[in-house]
Amino acid sequence: MIKTDILIIGAGPTGLFAVFEAGLLKLKCHLIDALPQPGGQCSEIYPKKPIYDIPGFPDILAGELVDNLMEQIKPFQPGFTLGERAETIDKLEDGTFVVTTNKGTVHSAPIVAIAGGLGSFEPRKPLLENISEFEDKGVAYIIKDPEIYRDKKVVIAGGGDSALDWSIFLAEVASEVTLVHRRNEFRGALDSVEKVQDLKNAGKINLITPAEIVALKGNERLEKVVIQRAGDNDNEISLAVDNFIPLFGLSPKLGPIADWGLQIEKNAIKVDNTLDYQTNIPGIYAIGDVNTYPGKLKLILCGFHEATLMCQSAYQRIFPDKKYVMKYTTVGGVTGFDGSKKEAPKAVVKAIE
Amino acid sequence: MTDIKIKITDREGVTHEIDAPTDMNMNLMEVVRSYELAPEGTIGICGGMAMCASCQCYVKSAHALPEKSDDEEAMLAEAFNVEDNSRLGCQLHITEDLNGLEVELAPEEV
Repeated sequence: MIKTDILIIGAGPTGLFAVFEAGLLKLKCHLIDALPQPGGQCSEIYPKKPIYDIPGFPDILAGELVDNLMEQIKPFQPGFTLGERAETIDKLEDGTFVVTTNKGTVHSAPIVAIAGGLGSFEPRKPLLENISEFEDKGVAYIIKDPEIYRDKKVVIAGGGDSALDWSIFLAEVASEVTLVHRRNEFRGALDSVEKVQDLKNAGKINLITPAEIVALKGNERLEKVVIQRAGDNDNEISLAVDNFIPLFGLSPKLGPIADWGLQIEKNAIKVDNTLDYQTNIPGIYAIGDVNTYPGKLKLILCGFHEATLMCQSAYQRIFPDKKYVMKYTTVGGVTGFDGSKKEAPKAVVKAIE
Repeated sequence: MTDIKIKITDREGVTHEIDAPTDMNMNLMEVVRSYELAPEGTIGICGGMAMCASCQCYVKSAHALPEKSDDEEAMLAEAFNVEDNSRLGCQLHITEDLNGLEVELAPEEV
């Protein structure tokens, strides 16, 4: 069981900055995120987009902002449970919370801060009526272990980087790779597009565009996909395959958090914005894009502010008898849990003769 | 200041005739949100970067619309429920040319 002071659900910019503010108060943090890397939407959706409203940064790429935040919180040694979704929460008699992920990792903390943004990112599933019947029976939305495709006939659908990259990778592993996309154009790194072109010319990738998969067939297991070329509804292609991997990116879903007994309004968690962004369950806070209150703005800079006030309130809950006076970092410096110390250089006091 | 009239059919099939301002640098997705014609969190998820398809709509009237950008083309190629008249609302800037526009919101992806 992972024990910490503040368990943060969501490793986007708000969750990451909360680690810093908690660290100043000597509180340890652990973060859970469904994505395999920290940064939330900034890393997953728009790492190369500039942001212009981070105070003090005239412009900064979303990916750089995440890198900077990771650097800023490093002295406070946050723990991460990545690639797992927070599934259930239980309040124990001593007032602490136990949060368990979909993979069974158990976390315990007196404070839970939900910084979940728009929710956890889940694969977008194509609208094929019987697709759920074939999940794990030939259909997968995420490639966990490429080896299971060795010497198999694989069809991949999608037009982005992951569809391109996995087609390239599996061309060497699978016995047959077919890539189906609705357009002739692909949106991906130039390298990957060229590589797929080479592999197509070499006969190692069977490219079918513009086309889409319109039906799945099989008994128990997936056996065939039906492909329809754009503008040609009469000549469907029936392709015998072992595996179908639709790679249409991820979309956020509030998910299991919606069932935690929290007050939800407009797909967001209601919090007390007059004080500390606490939810209707004492000890559970919601900060950043995931919360709502009168006048709420879903801005990173607002998330930073909310994270800061949340940490002060969390400190008071953990240490009800301690009196705390906020100290500026220019005065107190930053003392990391790793023994590092950052502080303002001392001014020289010396008489001029 | 000029407003234009737009007819928007929501995901429940109800048609709303609304006034949209041309002088507030708004796009169609933002107009839908400002009138709360789709629940918050189900439209404009990426904020208007053409990086999700949550604001997809079908254009029912014969207006001459601006060409799709590469980003919009690429996103629509990955979206579901796409028709020939599909557009991303966030890429349609509200101008006087769009007066009388009729659109229907595409179903929410589940």
